[in-house]
Amino acid sequence: MTSTWISRMIIFITLTFLIGPFFIIVAAGLSAGDFLAFPPKGLSLKWYIKVFEVESFRESFALSMFLAVFGTITALVLGVPAAYALSRYNIPYGETIKTVVAAPIIVPGIIVGLALLRYLVVPLNLTITLALFLAHTALVLPYAVRVVSSSLNNLRSDMEEAAVLLGCSRIGAFIRVVLPNIQSGVLAAFILGFVTSFNQVPVSLFLSGPGVRTLPIDMLSYMEITYDPSVAALSALLALMSVIIIFVAEKFLGFSRYV
Amino acid sequence: MSNSFVSLQNVSLAYGKTVAVSNLDLNVRKGELIALLGPSGCGKTTTMRAIAGLMSLHNGSISIDGVDMSRTPANKRGIGLVFQSYALFPHLNAFENVAFGLRIKKFSRSEITTRVGKGLTMVGLSHLAERKPQEMSGGQQQRLSLARSLVMEPKVLLLDEPLSNLDARLRLEMRTELQRVQRDTGITMIFVTHDQSEALALADRIVLMKNGAIEQLGTPDDLYNRPATAFAADFFGFENIFKVSHSKIIGPNGDIPTGFAADEGHLAWRPGAISIGNGPHKGIVRGVAFAGEKREYVIDSMLGQIKAFVPADQTAYAIGASISFDLPKAGALSIPETQ
Repeated sequence: MTSTWISRMIIFITLTFLIGPFFIIVAAGLSAGDFLAFPPKGLSLKWYIKVFEVESFRESFALSMFLAVFGTITALVLGVPAAYALSRYNIPYGETIKTVVAAPIIVPGIIVGLALLRYLVVPLNLTITLALFLAHTALVLPYAVRVVSSSLNNLRSDMEEAAVLLGCSRIGAFIRVVLPNIQSGVLAAFILGFVTSFNQVPVSLFLSGPGVRTLPIDMLSYMEITYDPSVAALSALLALMSVIIIFVAEKFLGFSRYV
Repeated sequence: MSNSFVSLQNVSLAYGKTVAVSNLDLNVRKGELIALLGPSGCGKTTTMRAIAGLMSLHNGSISIDGVDMSRTPANKRGIGLVFQSYALFPHLNAFENVAFGLRIKKFSRSEITTRVGKGLTMVGLSHLAERKPQEMSGGQQQRLSLARSLVMEPKVLLLDEPLSNLDARLRLEMRTELQRVQRDTGITMIFVTHDQSEALALADRIVLMKNGAIEQLGTPDDLYNRPATAFAADFFGFENIFKVSHSKIIGPNGDIPTGFAADEGHLAWRPGAISIGNGPHKGIVRGVAFAGEKREYVIDSMLGQIKAFVPADQTAYAIGASISFDLPKAGALSIPETQ
């Protein structure tokens, strides 16, 4: 009896810490008061509506979306062929390449951000948007390579040889046989990359500049000046967006197989 | 040479620095069914992949129907290959799997429908055209893979271990099927196998390979009854092989007279050719297995270990029994020393 009680307690506490903040944020955003507080003072949807009226939120949301979509697509354009080459050919230093490609996952974002700023953006005088785009692409690339690699490894290479013997070129075999069979892996990589890029803070923090900020950075700076519940409302909306994406991905792709 | 359709001349193949096949010459006639037979690592699959163009030649040349194909890429050779794993496309149904090559070759829609229909009918799968390969049984997948290659009307059809993934009953069925298809289409077929009974049953000629070279080439009758080397003899069931010099068997514990005049080289007996109960040789039964119409004995003797199959209606001996046995001249295969 006691052990059941204890384990239930542990589960309850874990869930409270994992999901609790989400409910607090949702509730704080529903406040009718003017300051971010929990429990909320009265109930109103006004902060959820205000989110859409703040211009900087709209701009930074657009930038974050742009980075998440095009950064991830670029990462896939680079990552799918890389994953293919790594899984099919005996490439010299293949293992080293894999490690280097995975490095952005392992190295703390704050270091990546500082390094990119100091040794890439400043010396080359890159625009902020371009710097952010390159950084997000690089950050998403490891996920693209890894997720696509795992679905390529499940695909027998003799299928491509069969396609070649039926008249395909090597590239034709890739397009007609490999791609259709790894498309759910590619989609999974896209979703994972999208979410990673969209929620990215430390690297973006270093690279954002005046007037050009990703949404999470914009929220941080908004809070430094204005301590109203709109940030909570926005956070809740973003969390909801991630949840919906992952839920749909899990339902249609069995997303958890790839991550 | 003039009637050779697939011709390999002085072909050498290597994986990096590891030589897999060296200086291989092989001529296959049009419409012939050839088996590349041998244990794993003998180079048979490598040779097949080289004919298909999936492996580049280290040396030598391959020609098909008089045209040098040595530098022709695999997708331009007009060769079909049925993979051991079938290598069907899981994202396409049976119809589309068979249509795949025809679409690449840009056949008209009606031509594709006709050819795929014919192909599926030929292998008895026309009722499963909508099925995905993974929803089919192993035998059906095998036949689908065969149909996919056949509709391309390849000059040569290569088959990699075509029966090894099937259970015993399906194997017999598929064997008959392959022979029928070969008869109906007259297509030249080369198949790879490690199973001598498969090669004997199917092939017009057998190419026995060992260590990247041809050990013996001949009809099933040649290889079964007249194996030319100790290796070939062992592969075709002459399990008792002895080195012979001056009509004496070189045993592990001294030489033993054969009792008849024998050439220098080897003498070999099938287990069924050895008789037990009477004879000049002595041994002790180490193992006995009842196999229906016969008993299979393993005997320790002065000659080393002997395998003997004896009709089950003869006297049975238990493990540990001392027995006499005979290596009769009548059942002996003589393999003379090759210079």
